[in-house]
Amino acid sequence: MSNAKLPATTKKSKGDEITSGGSQDYVTMTIADQLFGIPVLQVQDVLGHQRITRIPLAPPEVAGSLNLRGRIVTAIDVRLRLGLTSRPKDKPGMSIVVDLRGELYSLMVDSVGEVLSLSNDDFERNPATLDPRWREVSTGIYRLNGQLMVVLDVPRLLNFTTMEAA
Amino acid sequence: MDDLLSEFLTETNENLSVLDVELVRLEQNPNNPELLSNIFRLVHTIKGTCGFLGLPRLEKVAHASENVLGKFRDGELTINPEAVSLILQALDTIKSLLAVLEATEAEPPGDDLPLIERLNLCAEGKLGAAAAPAKPAAAPVPPPAPAVAAAEETPVSSSGNLTLDELEAIWNATPGPTSTALAPVAAEAADEPAPSHDLVVPDPDPVPAAAKMPAPAAEAASGAGAGGEAATKESAVAAQTIRVNVDLLENLMTMVSELVLTRNQLLQILRSQKESEFAAPLQRLNHVTSELQEGVMKTRMQPIGNAWAKLPRLVRDLSHELGKKIDLQMLGADTELDRQVLELIKDPLTHMVRNSADHGLEVPADRVRSGKSETGRITLNAYHEGGHIIIEIQDDGKGLAIDRIKQKAIQNGMASEGELAAMSDQQIIQFIMKPGFSTAAKVTNVSGRGVGMDVVKTNIEKIGGTIEIKSQQGKGSTFVIKIPLTLAIVSALIVECAGERFAIPQISVVELVRAAADSEHTIERLKGTPVLRLRNRLLPLVSLQELLRLDDQEGGEKKTDETFIVVTQVGTYTFGIMVDRVFDTEEIVVKPVAPILRHIEMFSGNTILGDGSVIMILDPNGIASATGEMAMGETASKEATSVQATRQEDKMALLLFRAGAGAPKAVPLSLVARLEDVDLASVESSNGMPVVQYRGKLMPLVPIDPGFMIGQEGRQPVLVFADGDRSMGLIVDEIVDIVEERLVVQLTADRPGLMGSAIIAGKATDVIDAGFFLTQAYKDWFGSSSTDGYEEERTLQRVLLVDDSPFFRNLLTPLLSVAGYDVTAVENANEALALCEAGEDFDVIVSDIEMPGMSGFDFAEAVRQGGTRWSGTPMVALSSHASPRDLDRGRQAGFTDYVAKFDRDALLYALQQTLSEQKGAA
Repeated sequence: MSNAKLPATTKKSKGDEITSGGSQDYVTMTIADQLFGIPVLQVQDVLGHQRITRIPLAPPEVAGSLNLRGRIVTAIDVRLRLGLTSRPKDKPGMSIVVDLRGELYSLMVDSVGEVLSLSNDDFERNPATLDPRWREVSTGIYRLNGQLMVVLDVPRLLNFTTMEAA
Repeated sequence: MDDLLSEFLTETNENLSVLDVELVRLEQNPNNPELLSNIFRLVHTIKGTCGFLGLPRLEKVAHASENVLGKFRDGELTINPEAVSLILQALDTIKSLLAVLEATEAEPPGDDLPLIERLNLCAEGKLGAAAAPAKPAAAPVPPPAPAVAAAEETPVSSSGNLTLDELEAIWNATPGPTSTALAPVAAEAADEPAPSHDLVVPDPDPVPAAAKMPAPAAEAASGAGAGGEAATKESAVAAQTIRVNVDLLENLMTMVSELVLTRNQLLQILRSQKESEFAAPLQRLNHVTSELQEGVMKTRMQPIGNAWAKLPRLVRDLSHELGKKIDLQMLGADTELDRQVLELIKDPLTHMVRNSADHGLEVPADRVRSGKSETGRITLNAYHEGGHIIIEIQDDGKGLAIDRIKQKAIQNGMASEGELAAMSDQQIIQFIMKPGFSTAAKVTNVSGRGVGMDVVKTNIEKIGGTIEIKSQQGKGSTFVIKIPLTLAIVSALIVECAGERFAIPQISVVELVRAAADSEHTIERLKGTPVLRLRNRLLPLVSLQELLRLDDQEGGEKKTDETFIVVTQVGTYTFGIMVDRVFDTEEIVVKPVAPILRHIEMFSGNTILGDGSVIMILDPNGIASATGEMAMGETASKEATSVQATRQEDKMALLLFRAGAGAPKAVPLSLVARLEDVDLASVESSNGMPVVQYRGKLMPLVPIDPGFMIGQEGRQPVLVFADGDRSMGLIVDEIVDIVEERLVVQLTADRPGLMGSAIIAGKATDVIDAGFFLTQAYKDWFGSSSTDGYEEERTLQRVLLVDDSPFFRNLLTPLLSVAGYDVTAVENANEALALCEAGEDFDVIVSDIEMPGMSGFDFAEAVRQGGTRWSGTPMVALSSHASPRDLDRGRQAGFTDYVAKFDRDALLYALQQTLSEQKGAA
């Protein structure tokens, strides 16, 4: 079920206040071969494939809801949220559970990678030409060896009022 | 101790500690009205409760303090430190009185006159002068004193004896050496060391020692005993209840849910293994878990009866105090609701029952005079309804006095007379929820200080509930509190639709019907709309699959003819939900859905089932409003039900007949002039239309079904519709019956010639639109200026009919046409006014009152005051409410006459009268 149990969020992440010199820890994940990261303190759980109950009439990005140890978690298909096509059915996929104002959300991604400690020197604001949908949910980009990692902003990712407009 | 008393003590102590803090805050910012009214309410509550418990001394102090606070609130006194300390002093007195009360279960004797006097002086604004001398005198009776005295008095003698006996028993029971062991114990117990030293000396002869020991030790022991007793008593009261943070309970509940799920999994595994050494321990785990779950659930859920427990006593005392006979009925006391919610509604409920008894019910003499039984009745009713808990407080008293509310509102500067005139009764009633509003003619001990309804409203809104007032002059009033179900356990029916499972709260499910090709129930369709015949009623059906836009995942492979219908009731609206399968019922804990899904009104929440899967809970209210005609607002639906009620009382003679295929048909008998049997051989053809010679004229024959071919011979029944010198025959197959029925058109059809379907004589029946067939015969039936043979000089009077219901337009148009008027029917007031602009002229305007948008009253005012060309045109109001009040209102608005909607003769008469008056005046 759960591949890794990470410490529950006790403090809100400092993801937004990146100062030069220090380093930040990120849980990495891939969606459509692109590397993404979420500040590690915002992550509650990492889940394998789950049985999800569909929710009729819900926005398309809401994949459904699932039961995580007695709590109901709303599953969000991040691919759809990012304007990508939904994952092919035969690939199982994984989920990252985050907490937003007391509610749990499960972010469905292709796969979850390791936790990286990244130097703030490698951080950069979003390029102005980035897809507006991505720019809206990302706080910035890390330059890694051989690839780029997009930092996801969880509250904005789950802000559905802008999602409906988008 | 009496439950009531201990509860009072806990509550009052809590209130007092809040008051201490609040008063100090008030002193710091004296201009905070919210703070002040909160303090006022708390003191009011204390006073009120004291009154019911029969604690006059406490009540007096609280009452005097309340008076002072009341003056503060009304701005008659300014808040100064002296006054505040006086109030604080009063609170201290109350506290000390409470302490005695807790110890002895009775108020200490005596009174607090000096304090009360000072409070009264303060209330009169003369505190400054009186303060200084009075201060020392105001010291309250030192309350602990009597308590200790009382405690001492009784135990001293008895426990003294007891101690001696005990001691002796111990001496007897213990052999010599152990006496040393006893000695230090006694030494510890005794205050003075001296006598105990005697005891320490080992004495071979115990008896004298015991005799020597007595007085001081015994006294000390008894003192300790009494003290201990008091202490245990105190802690006993405190230990009866314990306040636990709700979050803690919530956490506990989550853990237990997980435990249950884990247990279920384990049991599942166990079942697959025949022989296992885990079987026995797992069985125990199973039991313990079940009990734990039950226990934790219980901590949150309580039957509402707990909140009502105080009420019978309260009502009894009230009825004595007010000299009224009151019968309190409590229904649904076992409806469970969240503990937290329960706590919050307890006070509002008490207030409301008190209000009903005090303001609502009349004294026996008045009741008898108005033809009611001497005993007034207050009914409390609690039940679940579609994810909400509804609590009704109903009395059969005099109802809310709208006029008095108006007066009071003006008096208190809440609204001007003009504003009030424009308000509906419903809006006026809302005033009673405003702070500082009280209609009781005099401020009684019980209520009438203007706290109450506003507290009720604040408290209920705090938990996300609503309160609704219905009142009928002379008949009583009903308060309906609707509280959302945040965390309540409900029993739910699990159904499946398109491969997905859903829960429907059992509470709204009336019954289940299986519909299949081979069963007695089949789903019929009216223009694609599924309906079900269920015990002589047409039940509208809703397809869950279509409603939730579910695509069948199984690709329709399992398509059977079998459908289950969950007959659901929301308020008075009953409908069926079509689902594929019905499973079991399960007890579920409703959890709110994620914020991003709250806008979907079909769901009231979600939950986790025993097998660990998440399931959405359907909200029958949401489904009803999304599908049926129920989609109107709360107030509108109320209006509609009252209209419906009137409609239902009005029976109408209907002619039932058969024509063409399908359901039997009906037409209002009043429209039919005659029934004829026409010999088909005499049917001729004129202008491509079948006609028959009838009373010296040609009468066109119109079939209901356009494709109907008239036979060559035999006889055919015909309904004759006549107007002046014209007549038309509607060909039917068979005349079935004439019945007196309430005509409630349930489903409106789009087919021309049909008004809709209704249940008549227990069958689904199509109600035909006579007007349609009249125009079939004569294209200009309604527009023609028929030359009246019998009333030579009369030109056709033009009538403008304004009614939002197509049914009534269709009904009245032919009716008025038949009566010789030229009718123009429009849907709403705006259209009518547009006609006025367009330069149309009418002799009389007939208008409905209840219309969406501009009401009939507004319309009449617009016509009258707009200085339009119509300002002289007489207007007749049509309404289902024809009470004298409505008549007045109608007259004021500018209506010439006011007619009940169903009284056909009265309408015709009114039109005739109005027009002849008009003619006379002209």
